[in-house]
Amino acid sequence: MEAQGLPDLSARRSRILGDGDRRGLILSTTSTVVVLAALLAVFLLAPGSGQVRHTFFNPADMWQAFVGNPKAGYYSVGEALWLNIRMFVAAEILILIAALIVAVIRQSTGPVLLPLRVVATVYVDVARGVPLILVIFAIGFGVPALQLRGISTQSAAVYGVAALVFSYSAYVSEVYRAGLNSVHRSQVAAARSLGLSGWASMRYVILPQAVRTIIPPLLNDFISLQKDTALVGLLGAIEANKAAEIYSDTVFNYSSYTVAAILFLLLTIPLARFTDHLIARDRARRLAGAGQ
Amino acid sequence: MGRTDDGFSPGELSGAAGALRIEGLRKSFGAHEVLRGVDLAVAPHEVICLIGASGSGKSTLLRCVNLLERIDAGTIWLEGQAIAGPSTGRGVDENLVRRHIGIVFQAFNLFPHMTVERNVTLAPMKVLGLSRSDAVAQAIELLERFGLGEKRADYPDRLSGGQQQRVAIVRALAMRPRLMMLDEVTSALDPELVADVLDVIRELAEGGMTMLIATHEMGFARDIASRVCFLADGQIVEQAPPARLFSQPSDERTRRFLRRITDAGRL
Repeated sequence: MEAQGLPDLSARRSRILGDGDRRGLILSTTSTVVVLAALLAVFLLAPGSGQVRHTFFNPADMWQAFVGNPKAGYYSVGEALWLNIRMFVAAEILILIAALIVAVIRQSTGPVLLPLRVVATVYVDVARGVPLILVIFAIGFGVPALQLRGISTQSAAVYGVAALVFSYSAYVSEVYRAGLNSVHRSQVAAARSLGLSGWASMRYVILPQAVRTIIPPLLNDFISLQKDTALVGLLGAIEANKAAEIYSDTVFNYSSYTVAAILFLLLTIPLARFTDHLIARDRARRLAGAGQ
Repeated sequence: MGRTDDGFSPGELSGAAGALRIEGLRKSFGAHEVLRGVDLAVAPHEVICLIGASGSGKSTLLRCVNLLERIDAGTIWLEGQAIAGPSTGRGVDENLVRRHIGIVFQAFNLFPHMTVERNVTLAPMKVLGLSRSDAVAQAIELLERFGLGEKRADYPDRLSGGQQQRVAIVRALAMRPRLMMLDEVTSALDPELVADVLDVIRELAEGGMTMLIATHEMGFARDIASRVCFLADGQIVEQAPPARLFSQPSDERTRRFLRRITDAGRL
């Protein structure tokens, strides 16, 4: 086998921008522009185009909805988005913890833990099977009706986060489980045969490999979670979607929803790109073969 | 390399204790009994080759010795100390036993997320408590000895099968085991890569390493083994120095097995 040094980065870069690639770039750019132009033409030439543009894309309404005007009876969609972000961050942290616990319980093998395993399995089946919107209603309207001190007097956002955690932890626990299972049993045997304890094997051999596998699907679930914080508006929490709804109910123009949609895109697209970046970096690091 | 300050107290290296002794070992998977009373004694510096058809229990035997499988009956002693069986009670520290027994698997089982160097230094650092610099120095020395010095910073998927298997052997050696077990380490390799790996094993044998080798390479077994054991039906039905076992097998099952191997052109 010949010695393999560091890959020649400049050579690789010139290959990316080589003649063949430049032609490909021109081709793909042209086709993209043509397709987009055609779609835009269809939109602009449709019989109801003017009406739709006025109702959904009115710049004045979009600006008004974005900044809000409490005196006129509607909230700022931009400010309301801050609640979405807070709900998302709180839910994400709780989900990561809860899901790991559920996954580890379901992966356990001891007979003593059988009752817990049954509970965890039933939970995952139920939480994944019931539509999120019903979970939000059940917790958001059910828990306050119980009149439990301290628990039944929380804000709609808190119940919303609880519902999101209940529903998403089931999905994410399955992602964890898939990650742990993706590491072949022979890796455990190799680690244990070297005298590493069960914990050290998990820490240095199994988890690092499992995490690599699960980060993309995990972030995928979180992109979905960011959007689903909009459902908490159903409980009356003034998040971005609810604020947009109030605007449209007040002013009878739907441009506020377009604002909400753009804001959600601005949130989710960076996360999606970050996911791609992590995947690419992991691949590059393994192909480069150097460093740790 | 005497290391007895770690709580494992091996017996005298007398002929009586030996390096490894197995008596009446039985192991079943479900209703299928793979090992049906295996007896084997290995003296220090002996090289034992286990041969036999696939499924005859060679791998299971090695995994039992390394405590990767729980045995159903019998006793295993490592340097005079019982490590599995009724007389051990609950007092066996599996991790302590395993650090004295190196095992190399057919499928290499290197850690794919670590460089070659890290593969070799992980256990010495985390299990033996070596400092990073000591572990790295040892790794470099071992890797260079086996022609892998240039591969230190590479990840396993950049190496050929033969190189990966040699790294796996180095990884096991880095724990300075008293006994090395090799489980069909050349079976997953392309034919042209087998020789390099066999050379490494030969060097270990010449260095006096006690070894238990499950193999399909009959020529190699004849060359290197102090004793060859033929496994069939979950037992060692015949064991003898290679010259005798290969030329004058006494058991009918051994004869049939060797005839099939010869017919296939593998001997």
